[in-house]
Amino acid sequence: MAGVLRGTVIVGAGHGGTQAAVNLRENGYDRPVTLISADADFPYHKPPLSKSFMKTPDAPLQPLRGPSFFDDTAITTRLGTRVTGIDRAARRITLSTGETLDYEALVLATGTVARKLTVPGADLPGVHHLRTAEDARALRGALDGARRAVIVGGGFIGLEAAAMLAARGLEVTVVELAERLLGRAASAQVAAAIAADLEGQGVTLLTGTGVAALEAEAGRIAAVRLGDGRALPCDLVLAGIGAVPEVGLAEAAGLEIDNGIRVDARLATSDLAIFAIGDCCAFPHAASGRHLRLESVQNATDQARAVARTISGTETDFAAVPWFWSDIGETKLQIAGLAEGSDRSLRIAAPDTGALRAVYHLKGDRLLAVETLNSAGEHMLARRMLALGKTPDAALIEAGDIRAMKAFVTG
Amino acid sequence: MIKLTFIEPSGTSRQIDAALGTSIMQAATAAGVQGIAAECGGACMCATCHCLVVEAPAAGLPEMTETERDVLEFTSEEMQETSRLTCQIAVAEDLAGTVFKVVGR
Repeated sequence: MAGVLRGTVIVGAGHGGTQAAVNLRENGYDRPVTLISADADFPYHKPPLSKSFMKTPDAPLQPLRGPSFFDDTAITTRLGTRVTGIDRAARRITLSTGETLDYEALVLATGTVARKLTVPGADLPGVHHLRTAEDARALRGALDGARRAVIVGGGFIGLEAAAMLAARGLEVTVVELAERLLGRAASAQVAAAIAADLEGQGVTLLTGTGVAALEAEAGRIAAVRLGDGRALPCDLVLAGIGAVPEVGLAEAAGLEIDNGIRVDARLATSDLAIFAIGDCCAFPHAASGRHLRLESVQNATDQARAVARTISGTETDFAAVPWFWSDIGETKLQIAGLAEGSDRSLRIAAPDTGALRAVYHLKGDRLLAVETLNSAGEHMLARRMLALGKTPDAALIEAGDIRAMKAFVTG
Repeated sequence: MIKLTFIEPSGTSRQIDAALGTSIMQAATAAGVQGIAAECGGACMCATCHCLVVEAPAAGLPEMTETERDVLEFTSEEMQETSRLTCQIAVAEDLAGTVFKVVGR
């Protein structure tokens, strides 16, 4: 590749990798941009995979950008291609095709892979995971004719899928080892509200329950054997037990790894020509003084914007209010901020129904996070409050008048 | 297929083809209109497809849902009289020629 201008190579075309390519061009970066993805599908939105993509047998993937966009903006896409090695001294990567590519900046946006069950029978036909379009097509293809599904893991993917499968008429049981759903991801109050919704849709929830084995009949999944000895007959299992950062490439290149690829405030790894963004990276979080790894679209795209600015010539430290959403059946859960470390929670009920509408998490007098259920405007306002560092009085929060809180925030 | 025009944050005006049955946001991201990030993919919760309607079609645009109004009212880019979330508007024949200004951020 001698004589070819070095540009930016992005490994991974999920939300983060694709947004980085988009923003480099929006910033006027005029060197080559190459977006490499092991995934053979054109870059697509991941959240719908567990929701709208499952609703009908032929729902298409939702592209992040149209194919013509990549041509028009001279972003070279290499889909279905793996990066097999990084030569840091030469600033050169090797592809699964044997080709090499030189870079001035390398962005690792390699995401996560689904954590696999380790119990006996985990590899049986009929046992699914859900991270990629390929996984989603396999699961969707298995739904016709399936009657009973067991979902292992009461996290977001598992619960979104549980609601969707129940809506499609399957008998659904969720098995969760912890004593409640959404253990690390949401407050107990929110988890209880979501559990009640799911039970209302006919989903059976077994918390505090472990899985001992997956059992076969005629070579296919037939039952989930629980830790207490009970068997749940089923013809489909979805394992939603978390994700592990894809760090193999970075590790082999000798980059520092600590619960993900460790980066500095500019999202640079221990090699300053190599950056890492999104689900695969552990970044310094100013408020807590710790390195965090977050799995969300927002984190990936905001980090992509920051890294694109740095590569385009404006050194930028990453800072953003984290936010997240999950559609579980008809319930829209949104989370702004990070509740960890809070010492006080204020629960707000919807005035008309009395149902839980929001939980405000504070530490002393400082707002840390707001969880909302079907209250999209309140979520937007929570993000503004967190970005501005403004905390309303407890009395104002508890009054539950979002317009009054907005007047406080903007006043 | 209809024609729509977007004024990007840089001031550049872009005419795009929009396929019927998709959303305005999907048509805009497919064509790569600058400033429309569409982070939530059309779930009406990120407001990164916020546009102002500069030239409305004769028949007007479809009414806002309560959720769209709610998100616009509280997002950090102040809502204006012509604000819309383009993920909530389906592409239809009678929207041909509409001009949007991308709010961006």
